This record gives sequence, C-alpha cells and structure tokens, in this order.
Amino acid sequence: MSTTDTVRPDPAPARPSRAATRSLRGRPALYTSYASELAIFNTGTKKFWVGALVVAVLLLPFALQRDMVALVATVFVFAIGGIGLNLLTGYAGQVSLGQAFFLGVGAYTAAVFGGESSRGVIGLGWDMAIWLPLAGLVPALIALVLAPLAARVRGLYLAILTLGLVFIGEHIFKEADAITGGAGVGRAPAEPIFLGFNLFDRYEVFGYRIDRFTTFYYACFVIFVVMAVLARNLVRSRFGRSFAAVRDRDVAAEVMGVSLLRTKTIAFAISSFYAGIAGALLSIIIGRISPETWNFFLSVEFLAVIFIGGLASISGAIAGAVFVVMLPKLVNNLTGFLPVSSGVGQGGILNVFELQTIIFGLLIVLFLILEPRGLYGLWIRVRNYFKAWPFSY
Amino acid sequence: MAEVVESIVRGMGLGGVYALLGVAFVIIYRATGVINFAQPALMILGAYVTSWFGVSNGLPFFLAVLLGMAVMAIVGMVVERLALRPMVGRPAFSAATVTVGVFIVLLIVAGRLIGSELLTVNDPWGLETVELGGATIFVVDLAKLVIALVAIGLVGLFLARSRVGLAMRATAFDQETSLAQGINVGRMFGLSWAISAALASLAGALVASGASGVETTTALVALKALPVIILGGLDSIKGSVVAGLIIGIAESLTRTYQPLYAPWLGANFDIIVPYLIMIIVLMVRPYGLYGTKEVVRV
Repeated sequence: MSTTDTVRPDPAPARPSRAATRSLRGRPALYTSYASELAIFNTGTKKFWVGALVVAVLLLPFALQRDMVALVATVFVFAIGGIGLNLLTGYAGQVSLGQAFFLGVGAYTAAVFGGESSRGVIGLGWDMAIWLPLAGLVPALIALVLAPLAARVRGLYLAILTLGLVFIGEHIFKEADAITGGAGVGRAPAEPIFLGFNLFDRYEVFGYRIDRFTTFYYACFVIFVVMAVLARNLVRSRFGRSFAAVRDRDVAAEVMGVSLLRTKTIAFAISSFYAGIAGALLSIIIGRISPETWNFFLSVEFLAVIFIGGLASISGAIAGAVFVVMLPKLVNNLTGFLPVSSGVGQGGILNVFELQTIIFGLLIVLFLILEPRGLYGLWIRVRNYFKAWPFSY
Repeated sequence: MAEVVESIVRGMGLGGVYALLGVAFVIIYRATGVINFAQPALMILGAYVTSWFGVSNGLPFFLAVLLGMAVMAIVGMVVERLALRPMVGRPAFSAATVTVGVFIVLLIVAGRLIGSELLTVNDPWGLETVELGGATIFVVDLAKLVIALVAIGLVGLFLARSRVGLAMRATAFDQETSLAQGINVGRMFGLSWAISAALASLAGALVASGASGVETTTALVALKALPVIILGGLDSIKGSVVAGLIIGIAESLTRTYQPLYAPWLGANFDIIVPYLIMIIVLMVRPYGLYGTKEVVRV
C-alpha cells in the first residue's frame, strides 16, 4: 500500500505540531504531514512571492495615473467574479453563461439598499456593511431557487438555462423602472459608505493626499483578498473535493455518497454570491448603471477570464482577470501600429472594440485546444522547466 | 377570429425557422455530443452570403439560397476541422465553450461584413398577402413554414435512407463501434457540421425574407432554438419540429395579445416567452417531449 493512498479514518484533521508542519531544510517539496501539503502556502517560495505581490499592489497607486488605478480596481472586481465562476465551472464542471445576470442582480440589490432614491427610483441609503453582504446573498438565493432545475439533468443544461436567464434578466432589468431606472436611463449605483467612511472620497493620511479612486482601489483590494482566501479555503475543504468529484465523474461521486443535487446547488449559489459582490463593486466603478450593461457579452468576458486564466485555479482566475481587463488598454495603445481605427466607426479593418472581442474569442478557442489549463498552465510549464534547469527533466 | 388566425400563421412561419435551427442544433448534438453555441453566427453569416449572391450579384432567390447553403456548409466544415476536431475526447463542456469562442469571432466578422444597414435577400414574396376566410395572411409566413419543413424532410430522408446517413446515425449511436466498422468518424463530424451550417444558412435567409431583413443583432434570434431543443428533446429531430412550431406560435400569440391583456409584463415581452417555456419544461419534463430519457449506468 503506497503512502498516498492511505485512508485517514478521522475526517477532521488534527492540528499538526509545529515540528511536523515545518518542512526539512532545502527540501521544499518534501511534506511530512498531510496538513502541510494542503496548506495555503505549502512552500516558502510561494509565501515569499505572494507577500511581495501584496506589497507591490499596495504601493501601485502611488506609481500610476488615475485612470490606471481605476483599471486595476476593475481587475480586482473581475477577479472576484472570475473566482466565483471558476468555483462553478472550473471546480464543479458546470458551465454557466449567466454570470452577467447575477452581476446585475448584485449591482441592483446594492443600488436599492445602498443608493439614494431619486425621481421614482428606490434607494434606501443603508450602510455598505449591510448592502455588500446583501448584494451577494440575493443572487445566491436566486441561484438556490434555480439550481434544482439545472441539476436534475446532466451535461450542458446549466449553460442553456443560464443563457435563458441572461435574456429574461435583461427584460426584467429594462422593465423594473423603480429598481433599475428603466431602459436607456439607468440609475446611480450604491454609495460606498462603510461604517460612516466614504470609500469613494479623497483623504489625507500623514500628509499624503489619496484621491477617491485610490481609496476605492484599496477597498476593492481588501474585499478581493478576503474573497480569494475564502475561495482558496473552500476548495481545500470537503466541499472543494466534492466539486471536483462531481466534475470528474458524477456517477462515481454519487456512488461514494456525494449528493449531486446538493453539490451542484452549493456551487451555483456560491458562484452567484461572488458574482453579486463583483457586480455591486463594478457598478460603483462604472458610475452609472443601465440595464443593457448586464448582457450576454459580459458573461462571455467572464468565461474568457477563467478559460484564459486557467480552469480550477484561483490564481488562474486572477491572472485571467488581469489579462481580460488590461487587454483593451493594450489594444488601444497598439492602435498606432495595427490597421484598426481607434474610434467606434466603420473605418479600418476592425475597430478597437471588435479587435479586442475577436482576440477574446480566438484566445478562448486557442487556450482550450492548446493549453486547457490556461495562463496558469503556461506558468506551470515555465516553472517545471526551471525546476530542473539546466537539465530537461 | 381573423386576428387569431393571422397570429397563428405568423407563429407558424416563425416556428418553421425555429424548427430549422433546432434541427441544426440536434444534428451536431447527436453526432458529437456538443451544443453548438456558434449557430447564431452561422445563421447571420448565411443570411449575409445569401444576400451577397441574391442582391449584390442579382442571382435568382432560390439559387442564391442554395449557393449560400453550400458556402456555409464549407464554413461549417472548416470550423469543425480547425476548432472542434482537436477537442474530440475532451469533456463536452470544453468543446461547448470552444463554440462560444467561435461564436464571438464569427459574429464580429459577420457584423463587419454586414455593417450597419438592414440586409435583404431579394425574396419573391415581399409583402404579398392572401385572404383566407377573412384573415389576411402574409405569403412569406407560409413560404417559411413550407421551405423549412421540406428542408427538414430532406435531411430526415437523407439520414434514414442513404448509406452516409446510416453511417452518421451509427456514429451518433456509438463512435468507437462505428470506427471499428470502417466508418470515418471524423468525416461524419465534419458532415454533421456542414449540414447544420447549411440549415442555419437557410434559416438566416428565411429570417431575412419578407419585410423583416437582418442586422447583426438578429443573430440572437437563433438562440431561441435552445428552448426549442430543450422542449423537443436534445436528440430528437421530430421533437425540434413540434417544439419549434409550439414556441413560434406561443411567441406570436404573446406578441398579439400580451399588450392588450397583460401590459404590466412590459414591452417586447414576447422575446423572452421561449425562455420562460424552457424553464417550465426543465421543471416538468427535463428531457423534453421526444428526447431520450437518460439512463445512468454505474
């Protein structure tokens, strides 16, 4: 019997002693306990680089222009939504085209509870400490109601159901004037006032002036880190393992006592929770939200986040979010060298928006065919190459 | 009374198009187990190619439609060979996501080709009407239904009677066994994409005929074929025809009567009726009217 197959009789892992968790000097890949292998930072290098990255992200706003700060904040928001979709699609294996709908529900929940009422639009003006959790919970509840429909059958039913949801949702958003402001009009988003502090305002700290985008940048970053760590912990738990079991072989999972209905429902609800939070934050960055924002193409952008970034990987979803949000900026800067027109007109071969959309489409196809693990998979390849460098294996 | 008849006939015309698109989905689903989300883009490209032959080059309508179908069949085969063939043996959801990527790319290409104007196909019906017991019926709706049913009938006949059709059905039934019997399974995949793209092209031409015309956003009409195949059953051609007609008529009746009797549901409510029907079907009978109920073996 090999050591890796050892069945642990006790499902609750006992907290290992300090000595057991510390890996041997110079042998980072040698794990002396199950818990240390499953730890979030299972190698020292990982711990170091994540720490370095956090410091870099914290210092970034001081080195960037204002519009770039807003763009990086958008990256955090897309990463939250992407992580949510990755829990459902990457880990539990259920494709969803409905992320845009849940983003929209989150945004409007936030706007109703946290926005101000004006000209026939409802707004309760509550604190962010209340509306932020609600912006996640309401979409999660809707998902709980809908999940049994899709979970009853196998395969691509969830993709079709959620696609229908996007169209039904768009119709409701357009018609529910009291909540959304109606088609073509829109409404103001929620006010990000957290326990009295406006997170979208300028402050002076130790003589430094911090503008409103930078303040919100830090707020998004904190929320993003919390959500990412929660997701990372979730996939290490028994829920994460049951997600993977359902994805890999649903019949085998059910035989082993994993309830398909329950697992798919949980995955769908958690994914929608993440989408709702992301939608609420995104609406504040956009500034004014119209019902047309939450369409099919926004869903495809989130699919691009996880398929380009890497399925079943939290860091992959983050990498994908960086890529998807930064690509338009990159394409914009390259327009001088490419045969595209910079406006939205018909000149040139393609305009910028069309070019970036085509690039998304092509990259989804190419990554799925050539490197299904996405950017994360590319990184694994590079890492493995240098692990044994200069030898090939 | 006349209003009901007019509405139902309009719905049948619409239903014919939905049935065509549904059959296009079913053929690919049966052969490869993939739901082809690129279908709307294929439809819109088909409408463009038909229009190019018919309006820009002045060819007769039926010739333009046939040429459009031929061109789109080739496009379908190329897409299958380049994007879908490498996905054989991978999970179905990966392959379906590939078709979403293909959809985006083709839609942008079609949008660029069509531009911002309304595309027409120079069809012989235009706005002609016939009187039927007091009801004024557009010829184009009847033509849509008849052409769709004939095309589906021909495809059905091809699948049921020809040698290649038999090979396609065998592939749909069991890929490995067909391979062992000397059937070129890859070619069958390509063929099913070709047939499916040709049907989508025909559907595009029909959507563009009459007074409507086609713009890039019309592509989303083709997604209503998804509720059709859910209602009819993912693997049933007969189901697609029946469900297409049901959904077409339901949508048309809603368009006629919902503004009168239920205005609180909002403008353009008919657009989402197919999706609401789909949700009800998923609740009551998830494998559809004629679909095979899935048997899970351990």
